[in-house]
Amino acid sequence: MTSALGVVERSAGAPVASHDATPPAIRINGVSKAYGHSGNAVVALDRLTLDVAPGEFVCLVGASGCGKSTLLNIVAGLDSPTQGSVEVTLGRPALMFQESALFPWLGVRRNIELALRLSKVPRNERRSRADALLEMVHLGGFGDKKPHELSGGMRQRGALARALAQRASVLLMDEPFGALDAMTRDILHDELDRLWRENGLSVLFVTHNVREAVRLGDRVVLLSSRPGRVVAEFDVDIDRPRRIDSSEIANAAAAITDRLRAEVRRHADD
Amino acid sequence: MPTTDTTSPAPTTDPDGRLDRELAGIDALGLAVPSAPNRAKAIWSSAWPKLLAIGIFVGAWQVVVWSHWKDPYILPGPVATFRSLVDNRATLARAAIDTLQRGALGFAIATVIGSIVGLAVAQSRVLRSGVGSMITGLQTMPSIAWFPLAIVLFHLSIWAVLFVVILGAAPSIANGLLTGIDNIPPILLRAGRVLGATGWSALRHVILPAAMPSFVGGLKQGWAFAWRSLLAGELIGAVAGTHALGQVLDADRSFSDYTGMMAAMVTIFIVGVVMDAAVFGQLDRFVRRRHGLIDTAT
Repeated sequence: MTSALGVVERSAGAPVASHDATPPAIRINGVSKAYGHSGNAVVALDRLTLDVAPGEFVCLVGASGCGKSTLLNIVAGLDSPTQGSVEVTLGRPALMFQESALFPWLGVRRNIELALRLSKVPRNERRSRADALLEMVHLGGFGDKKPHELSGGMRQRGALARALAQRASVLLMDEPFGALDAMTRDILHDELDRLWRENGLSVLFVTHNVREAVRLGDRVVLLSSRPGRVVAEFDVDIDRPRRIDSSEIANAAAAITDRLRAEVRRHADD
Repeated sequence: MPTTDTTSPAPTTDPDGRLDRELAGIDALGLAVPSAPNRAKAIWSSAWPKLLAIGIFVGAWQVVVWSHWKDPYILPGPVATFRSLVDNRATLARAAIDTLQRGALGFAIATVIGSIVGLAVAQSRVLRSGVGSMITGLQTMPSIAWFPLAIVLFHLSIWAVLFVVILGAAPSIANGLLTGIDNIPPILLRAGRVLGATGWSALRHVILPAAMPSFVGGLKQGWAFAWRSLLAGELIGAVAGTHALGQVLDADRSFSDYTGMMAAMVTIFIVGVVMDAAVFGQLDRFVRRRHGLIDTAT
């Protein structure tokens, strides 16, 4: 397959060059997750294997019930797999949610300072580092504001700054822009793109928005639903900076959406 | 509106500051337009219904007195009562302080016990099923019903009063904390865990602050129970020989000084309202505002 569509589907099981060169930032190895007891267990994830290379931006897309959030929780250490293993080689990962989950009783700066404190940053460095992080996400003038005094987009940037305060080089994102209006989301894509490159982050980004996945990802991983398995992987071969409304993104997204729809159709007879 | 584009840390990826300008623009558009608060107007709008309510109450009292339903010697009117209140202000103030000190001591102990019990019940499934419903049961127990036991255990002493005050206040405080912890949005707990807050640091940095609005509600209710239990205890003579408000009330009745008795009752009412509105009401407002639970636009 050529890259005329902007995406190249990887053949299943094909080794990837970068995997041999450096150890991955995240190694998800045959992870299964079942809820309930053996008789009527619901399998959310089924022997899912996925690596994220250092500095790579990987987007997970799938329909409802593909276990995307379950997978992120397992990688973040909030949940444990029924089978298989997860390794995060570059320190404890940071996790962002659809809501900012900033602590509402603290101002944005104090939220960041708490993250620094929990990461054992000495007291006398916290203030200056928090201010630097606020500047980084363009919230310099809003450090004293409470989360509820900010717009949704600003809260998500605050959450991003708090995640970066952990000095994590692995960032897990669970539909972080899903609740934002299209304009704000578009601008935050640019912002995340910039922060990802400047900080050399490895990102595992969950979304159900295929265009968003193509806009952001180096690679888009398509998951099946119930149980969640990797159906296909696509390398996104579009130069950055990208625009979500460009025809390249639209074409690439269409190709992936076709596969996603085929996957959804399989469930018609369930 | 602060502009952030002068401090851009990375001119390389955003050479013309376009993204900076766009972010600043969308922030300016996204923020709520602050309405200029008019302090005097706000105070007046919250004060006049209260003043009106007091006026209606005092007026009704006066009407009953004017109706000569009872001899004014038995049921003094507001004017005589307030005159007595002013005349005996030193005695009543001393009595109020005496009673408040005792109440504060009992309430402080109740807060410690209630917090420990609430926290323990919140953390333990066994304790919850065992003790959880008992806490609510204790709240429904009238405080006066504890006094016979208190007097048997502690005789007529301050300990008998404290015992009842603590039993009155601690369940509300425990329940407030328990409800607060139960209602913490799970996402905040998860966010805390991802940030590395576990065990004691999760409790200190996430769980207790998140439970604070409900805990303060429990304190407010606990104080109301404590104040009632306290006056009941003082009235039945558990603190004989002191200058407590309940003692003043009881002494005035036995000496047939019904005007003084009414003045003592008004004092009890005033102290109750001031503590509830000024102390716990303000604390409640402060915590709720801090948590963004008060809509600042209204």
